[in-house]
Amino acid sequence: MTNVVLSIKDVEVGQQLPSRTIHISRASLVQYTGASLDRNRLHWDERFARSVGLPDVIAHGMLTMGTAINVVSNWVGDAGRVVEYGVRFTKPVVVPYEGGADVEATGVVTVVDAQTRRATVELKVTCGTDKVLGRALAVVALD
Amino acid sequence: MAVNAVFTGRSYPPTAPYAVGREKIREFAEAVGADDVVHIDSVQARARGYRDVIAPPTFAVLIAQQCDRQFIVDPEAGIDFNRLVHGEQRFVHHRPITAGDEIVGVLTVDSVKVVGGNAMVMTRSELSTIEGEPVCTATSTVVIRGGE
Repeated sequence: MTNVVLSIKDVEVGQQLPSRTIHISRASLVQYTGASLDRNRLHWDERFARSVGLPDVIAHGMLTMGTAINVVSNWVGDAGRVVEYGVRFTKPVVVPYEGGADVEATGVVTVVDAQTRRATVELKVTCGTDKVLGRALAVVALD
Repeated sequence: MAVNAVFTGRSYPPTAPYAVGREKIREFAEAVGADDVVHIDSVQARARGYRDVIAPPTFAVLIAQQCDRQFIVDPEAGIDFNRLVHGEQRFVHHRPITAGDEIVGVLTVDSVKVVGGNAMVMTRSELSTIEGEPVCTATSTVVIRGGE
């Protein structure tokens, strides 16, 4: 094995995962638009976003969801060990032309199941004072 | 609004097979900042027991959105795409999506609730290989805002 996957022995309820700051710029939105094929104008057309009442273009909810899970993948040691992942999109991440947006992602272990060798992580994902993902739960399969 | 409870339980035909490629996985992984080498290095992926590079946890949305599209463009549903807001998304992986997979999805509309002029729609896409191996269950909630 080239990678060390976290053992259930090393995981306990209440354990904090290392946090990450995710910088989202207009370039990030263009890149994710291309990769995901989600070409909704809300993510790249400022004039359109304003016409529907938003302050500016917003990040794809799936971009925030997709980047936040890296906190868990890196912690467990193998992205393939993320067996369940669900979120609620609570607030949009507004991405201004100047400076973009910084999203903070961290997590805490809420359940450890010795029988199935699985743990549940609750992610906390914020942008400024806004909680941008709610009920963000990931289940990982441990060694 | 044409979207109503009548759609609950409706299933759509399987989507055309989606061929999962190494380069698409790499491109997606870069776009979401997924830096685990298991997405880009097939030698290391095999060393971890996978057949080839595997996709990041949210890659399945590429295929699930093809499923959802069947409902969104259904003329009977009459959905205005501009009024659609993604509320929730969830993936249950039966095994990681792996380069070389050919995946089909079957969409079911699990529920439709109309509250105060807005419709809340829960959909489920069951993704499996063309050989019939279950890969991922993707569920999504979208809100379709009613007209002013």
